[in-house]
Amino acid sequence: MNLAYRDVRHKLGRFLLTCAGLGLLLGVVLAMIGIYRGLVVDALTIARAPGIDLWVVESGTRGPFAEASRIPGDTREAITRVGGVAAAGSLTYQTVEAEHQTRKLRLYVIGYEPGRPGGPPRLIAGRGIVRSHHELVADRSTGLGIGDRIALGRNTFSVVGLTEHQVNSGGDPAAYVTLLDAQKLQFDLAPPAYRVQLARGTGTAIRDTVNAVVARVQPNVAPDSVAESIRRWKHLAAITQEGQEAILTGSLVDRARRQIGLFTSLLLVVSAVIIALIIYTMTMEKLKQIATLKLIGAPDRTIIGMIVQQALALGFIGFAIGATLISATKDYFPRRVVLEADNMLVLAGIVFLVCLLSSGLGVRAALRVDPATALGG
Amino acid sequence: MTEPRAPQPLVRIRNVSKHFGEGETRIDALRAVSLDVFPGQVVALLGPSGSGKTTLLNAIGCILEPSGGSMELDGDVVYDERWLRSDLRRLRLDKIGFIFQFHNLLPFLNATDNVAIVLNLAGLGGGEARKRAVDLLDYLEVGNRRNAFPAKLSGGEAQRVAIARALANRPRIILADEPTAALDSKRAGIVMDLLRKLAVEQEAAIIAVTHDEKIFDRFDRIFQLRDGRLDTGS
Ligand SMILES: Nc1ncnc2c1ncn2[C@@H]1O[C@H](COP(=O)(O)OP(=O)(O)OP(=O)(O)O)[C@@H](O)[C@H]1O
Ligand SMILES: [Mg+2]
Repeated sequence: MNLAYRDVRHKLGRFLLTCAGLGLLLGVVLAMIGIYRGLVVDALTIARAPGIDLWVVESGTRGPFAEASRIPGDTREAITRVGGVAAAGSLTYQTVEAEHQTRKLRLYVIGYEPGRPGGPPRLIAGRGIVRSHHELVADRSTGLGIGDRIALGRNTFSVVGLTEHQVNSGGDPAAYVTLLDAQKLQFDLAPPAYRVQLARGTGTAIRDTVNAVVARVQPNVAPDSVAESIRRWKHLAAITQEGQEAILTGSLVDRARRQIGLFTSLLLVVSAVIIALIIYTMTMEKLKQIATLKLIGAPDRTIIGMIVQQALALGFIGFAIGATLISATKDYFPRRVVLEADNMLVLAGIVFLVCLLSSGLGVRAALRVDPATALGG
Repeated sequence: MTEPRAPQPLVRIRNVSKHFGEGETRIDALRAVSLDVFPGQVVALLGPSGSGKTTLLNAIGCILEPSGGSMELDGDVVYDERWLRSDLRRLRLDKIGFIFQFHNLLPFLNATDNVAIVLNLAGLGGGEARKRAVDLLDYLEVGNRRNAFPAKLSGGEAQRVAIARALANRPRIILADEPTAALDSKRAGIVMDLLRKLAVEQEAAIIAVTHDEKIFDRFDRIFQLRDGRLDTGS
């Protein structure tokens, strides 16, 4: 007869309640891990979206995401002519606050050249931009729908397509417009004095600037060698896709990542302490019964089995509840929560170990209990 | 009172002593206690509170290590200045049945399983153990409550289930610490009759601690303890 199961069944409500409590706690831990992973994934999304091999930016910068980068608009033509480059496109990035149905909306506006690298990835609805002006492809998380109209700067754009999961490292959803529209927007939103200078053509910068040029290299050509030849232009820097991703994870989200990482570790420690306490208390409550078992001749194996099985059942059910909870709710978080199987497995492993270790504490107490305590009151 | 003249006592204790603590705080709970209990005998341990009754019972039950002396159970010398057996729990499982003042049934097992568990522990399979448990409960006239959990049993019913558990492995030595304290005099009488029946039918030795004057006449012998010493009684 399995004593662990019998004991649990006898106090099923209480046991399940404890499991549910533990499940909520583990759910929070999982959510934290998911948010952490989500942060990293989000940070890389925009950089990965164009599916290119090279980033050409202003020399001396690690742009366009980690640092500001401005290069002349004609750079793209020059890059296209570099040996080994298959295609290139100009891009601008800027964060714009707009209003939509009385609601403030922060958009990460990406200007690109339709037909060239840098446009929106897979659309989940609508179509890509076909007209050269005032069309916009927005991310679903903006809350905009196909056909919606939204004012940016002095123009009104209409939404023609939707993407999914396209946000910048700050969580602002992306909005794709044509390069020309984006440059106009940059001009409209620039400080007035600067704008006057630009209009007169006497400004330090000319109006036709972009933030980066992205390039796809031909098959069998190493991006590094192409980057090497681009770097010979004094005013340009070239970063491979790999390098760009390293910059993003290494510097841009690094602090946020460490913050959440530390918090997640703390949460794990707290969970471990709570699991240990629950299991220890579960055993302490049974000391008298354990003494009785010893008195009637039960071997240690029976007693250890009972404690360890209950501890593992608690951990397993708690984890299952937590995992189910977060899987079911992850899409309702304001920012992306990414649950990866390997992260889940690691957490499950940790929970298993903690349960085993803390049942060790209980077992120690149980083995030390004097069978004589079962006698008398 | 009849005293079977069996040559071999089931419980044979010589000069067993037990003290707790040392120096100023030393308490001599047992001082050179010697006694024999023979198969078929029902004996009582009597004495004021703190006189060492529970201590003596625990020593006989191999729950408490004496400080000196020797003990022989069913022909085996189990203690002689030190434990001579390492598997005391197995010894208890096979030879000794305990009946507690409070029934001490496992709250998460029903009456049948509370009895069946000691049979399981002794190696009897599930179905067979349960069948034997039910037989025992019937024998103790609580068969009708066999599926009830301890919390739902009356004091007398619970005590009888506990006795069934103590008897399950047919131990030859049964130790009872105030087995009737929680029962009314009618129930106490029934339990005592039962213990007597057992002693006779199974050739067992029964040692019961009691304060209960109503049942003194049910014992073959009464050992009186005072300050850890045995006054050899009637
Ligand atoms: N574990 C222990 N540590 C210290 N002293 C103990 C311990 N167990 C018993 N004693 C002492 O030994 C003496 C005998 O105790 P015991 O429990 O055997 O008495 P008793 O006759 O069963 O009393 P009661 O009728 O109240 O149950 C008492 O003075 C008690 O305080
Ligand atoms: Mg006592």
